[in-house]
Formats: sequence, structure tokens, C-alpha cells
Amino acid sequence: MLKSILGAGASLPFMTGVAFAQSDGVDQAISDAIAPIVNPIVSLVFYSVPVFGTNFPLIVGWLVIAAVVFTVYFGFIQFRGFKHSIELVRGDYFDPKDAGEVTPFQALATALSGTVGLGNIAGVGVAVYLGGPGATFWMILAGLLGMASKFTECTLGVHYRNEYKDGTVSGGPMYYLSKGLSEDGKAALGKFLAIFFSICCIGGALGGGNMFQANQSFAQISSIIPFFEGKGWLFGLIMAALVGIVIIGGIKSIARVTEKVVPAMAIIYVGAALIIILMNVGELPAAISAIFTGAFSPTAVAGGAIGALIQGFKRAAFSNEAGIGSASIAHSAVVTKHPVTEGYVALLEPFIDTVVICTMTSLVITITGSWVPDSGVTGIALTSKAFEADISGFGYVLAIAAVLFAFSTMISWSYYGLKAWTYMFGEGKAKELVFKAIFCVFVVIGASMSLGPVIDFSDAMIFAMAIANIIGLYMLMPKVKALLADYQARLASGEIKKIK
Amino acid sequence: MTDIFIVGFDGSDAAQRAVDFAAARAKLAKAKLHLVQVLEWSPYSFHTPEELAERHKRREQELDRANGIVQPVTDKLNASGIETTCEARHGNAGELLSAIAEEKSAVQIIVGRAGGSGLANRLLGSLAITLAQASPVPVTIVP
Repeated sequence: MLKSILGAGASLPFMTGVAFAQSDGVDQAISDAIAPIVNPIVSLVFYSVPVFGTNFPLIVGWLVIAAVVFTVYFGFIQFRGFKHSIELVRGDYFDPKDAGEVTPFQALATALSGTVGLGNIAGVGVAVYLGGPGATFWMILAGLLGMASKFTECTLGVHYRNEYKDGTVSGGPMYYLSKGLSEDGKAALGKFLAIFFSICCIGGALGGGNMFQANQSFAQISSIIPFFEGKGWLFGLIMAALVGIVIIGGIKSIARVTEKVVPAMAIIYVGAALIIILMNVGELPAAISAIFTGAFSPTAVAGGAIGALIQGFKRAAFSNEAGIGSASIAHSAVVTKHPVTEGYVALLEPFIDTVVICTMTSLVITITGSWVPDSGVTGIALTSKAFEADISGFGYVLAIAAVLFAFSTMISWSYYGLKAWTYMFGEGKAKELVFKAIFCVFVVIGASMSLGPVIDFSDAMIFAMAIANIIGLYMLMPKVKALLADYQARLASGEIKKIK
Repeated sequence: MTDIFIVGFDGSDAAQRAVDFAAARAKLAKAKLHLVQVLEWSPYSFHTPEELAERHKRREQELDRANGIVQPVTDKLNASGIETTCEARHGNAGELLSAIAEEKSAVQIIVGRAGGSGLANRLLGSLAITLAQASPVPVTIVP
């Protein structure tokens, strides 16, 4: 059963339809040895119920229902607060006296570079392949709803962060789960959820945030540079060296270059998509109509409208990580007197990631007529085909983008994993070094081996983070509501004013 | 009211020349000096998550280091009879010097010229050029 779920490209966040790098004797032996242990866990996290001929993982429902609850509970904050979010990111409320601190823009950019990735390029390819153009509609809807989840988790991340004497900060779900719930007299539950979250976060960091990225970017590179074919270990060593230089060596320049190149790639990507849409502007009404009719009465889609809905919801949830809790760790560092401001800033992430970038991808696929049901062309191959239809050679750009996105995702997740690690084992240079070394080793493993079950398992861990995180979010959402009411009152009274 | 001269300071030889020049003028005009050390910083730069978490600590360190450079110079000027204050701040040098000049109602800004004539300097522009375009008060550039 597991195979059929994964085979349909359903359960992995960045499942691209590209085969895992390679397979040989050693890999097979390791896979066979651990499969019986990890497979039940994977099946549990991705437990799916068949709905109208397609498998619907309950974890996706868990994420979407939470997003709906937060949307209603906070009175459609993602729409009412959108303008305010933009003003915050623009720095309208940033006190010049705080110059030199982390700005809302920087926190947003860093969190985005952790989520914008293969999911936007390849995941959308899978969604449109399996769900038709109509999946786009549901993807956008899920993205819009997910904004409320991000708002909730990032507000809590700042509110319950730890500030240490030396001026550094640590925040994220493990801190709000333990500190927040102990305020309500549920210390034991909070501690349990925090530990559960941390274990999953470490697994997710090494897996979905590392091995999977290494594996899939290698698959892309070896398809365009024949030299690398069969040399996953070499690619892995190069990537591990670069990652190690940044996270162990503390050489920030490489990270800084990537952090600049990644937004540039994102802009090139969206720009190219816009050019293609403009080139085919005559087809635009038809494409939009295909998205709407496909959303409610699709043709050639397994499961009809429900099938399209499931695919769209899945890809959105897997791409923007709303409800997973990861972004909350990155957002905790920002300087603000009001945690709610960070929630406002964070709600832009699913918007940029899913509503803008993912929609561009699927519009390009739809407008160029690249979607052929049951053709077998899915994932990044479908996206690549669509872009190549109008801009030849864009496949190379996509491959470079895939590697850069993978690299920045790894850097982000190495930090998320590290924070979970230090939460469990305590802070300290030596303890941190152990985790960073393990992380680098996993880059090589991810790129050189075809450890399907390991990757499935660690991917399942990312989504298991959402189990603990969302339970906590439900219990702590009244606190967020109080913080929001307080902030809005100060805003209305003029106590908080625009600086510019 | 005493006139205030803003002096851009970064510990370099060029900055020291600007301070010397400003000190001589201040003595004659019985003006006050305000030394400003700017820590180049942009609100739109990109950081890794780890850098974000350490940012607050780093900022304090940067300010301490900057004050450690500009404070002794300030003390020396005060000792020599020229009333001098100083500050270190993050931001864009041109914008910040202009803003501080306005805040303090200063009468002029004095900066040193690094003397670079390379291509990079031309392309990136220099503090002197930014000030020439944006400063609210007269600017003196000390070669």
C-alpha cells in the first residue's frame, strides 16, 4: 500500500517524479534492513484514506482544517491584515534606533529561502499532472488559508522565545509548546509535545531538509552534466563541503552569496513565467477558465473535482510549510516589542510561496498546453517542458535553480535541526558540532545512495512536526488572540505609529 | 547658539585628516564637533537563520568596537579644549550623516576622502558623492 501512495507521487513534499539517484548493492541492503522499522511509521504519518479513487493523506486534512480554523478564529487576518503586513516589511514601523538589528524584511527573506524550493518547481508539476489545471485553484485556496497558520505560529515563536544573557535568542515550537502550555498548568503535556516536535524536527532536518534536497538536486544535475552520472558521492562531497564551510566553518560569505542568489533565482523564475504568460496572453482567458472549470468539473483527472482538490491542497501544504512550525524558528530572532508584528510579516510567506510562485508554475504549464494526462511527464520534467516550450535552454536555468534552492533549504534546515538538537541536549559548542558533523555526513548519504525508505521516513518526520505543533497552536490560540487585540488597540489609539 | 560640525569618522587616516581639519576650524569658530562612526548596514540584506539569531549580540559588539575607536579621539579633542561628542550607528553613511546633521541642526558636514580612483569606487559611488547630492547642509571634503 505504501508503495502505491509513494508511487503516485503523493506523499513526499518535493516528490518530483524523478527517480531517486541510484541504487546498488549496499544501498539495497541498508534499505532492506531498515524498511520494516520505518515503513510502519511512514504509513502512520501518511495514513491515507481512499477518496473517489485517489489516496488522501489525513495529515494534509489536518493541516488544511487547522488553516481554516485559524482563518475563522482570527477573523480572516490574512486579508484584513495584508496591507499592514506590507507596511511592516517595508519598514514603515521600524524604529531607526534599532538600526543594525534584524528587520522584518530580513526575517521574511530568510524564512522564505527555507521554503521556496523544489516544491515550487517540481511539486506543482506533480499537482497539475495528477490533478489537472483545476488543482491550481485549490492550491491557491490552501495557500491563502495557510497564511493564518503562519500568523499563529510565528506570533507564538516570538512571544515565547528565550533571550540569553549573551544577546542570542532561541525560539520556535519547542519553546512555545513547553513554556506556553506550562502557563496553563499543562507542563507535562507541553514538555512531551516539545520533545516530540524536536525529535521530528531533527529527523526532518536530516531527511526532507537535507538528504532529499541533496538527492533530488543531484538527479537534476546528473541529467544535464553527464560527468556526474553515477558519481553521486562526488556531488554529495562537494555539497557537504560547501554546507560544512558555512555551518561549521562559520564562513558566512558563501551563505551570503546564496542568500542573494536565491532571491535572484526566484525573481528570474517568476520573470520567465510572466514572459511566457505574456507571450501567450491570448490563451490566458482559456487557461484561467481551465483552472476554474478544472477545479469543479475536471476531465481526465482521477477522482474528478475531489481529485483536483486533493492534489492542490497537498502541494500547497508541502510547499509552504504552514502549520509545520519550521518558519517560527527563523522568525523568532527579529527585534520587536510586539510579537504580533512577526505574525503579520510571516503571513506573507504562503502568499509569496504558494499564491504567487506556485501559481506562476501552473499557469505556465497550463498556458503552454504542456499538460498531457497519463503521459508520464510529471514533476520537474513537466515544469521544464513547459518553460522550454517558449524559452529554449531554460532547463539549464531550472537545474541551477534547483541546486541553489536545495542548498539554501539545507542551510535553513540545518539551523532548525540544530535548534531542536540544542533544545533536547543543551547548548554548547561541542554538542552543536556533533549535530553539524552528522548533518554534513547526511548530505553525502542523501546524494550518493538510493535510500528510499530512509528518505520517506525523514520526510514523514517533517509532517509529524505538524501533529505536535498544531495541537499546541489550538491550545495557545486564545493567547494569540489576546496579543492581537492588544496590538490592534495600540495601533488604533495611535500609540504605535508609522515612523515614515 | 554654538555651531555644530558633523565629522564622519571611521578610524582611517582620511577620517583623521577630516578630524584635524574640523578641529582647526572649530577652534577658530568656537564651534562644537560631533563625530559619527557609521557601521554600514542595510535593512534589506540577507542572512542565514543563525546570523539572525546572533544579530542582536553582534550589533552590540559592533557598537562597542566602534565606540572604542571613536571615544578616545573624542576625549582627546575635549582635552584640547574643543567641545566634542560622538556616536556610533548602523545605517547608510550618506543617509545617516545627513539625518544626524538635520537632527542636530548642524551647520556643516566634514568627511575625509579615501582617495580611491579605481573602477570599483566609480561604480559604487562614494560617501562624498552621496553627501554632495543629499546633504541638507554644506559639505567639506578633506583630501
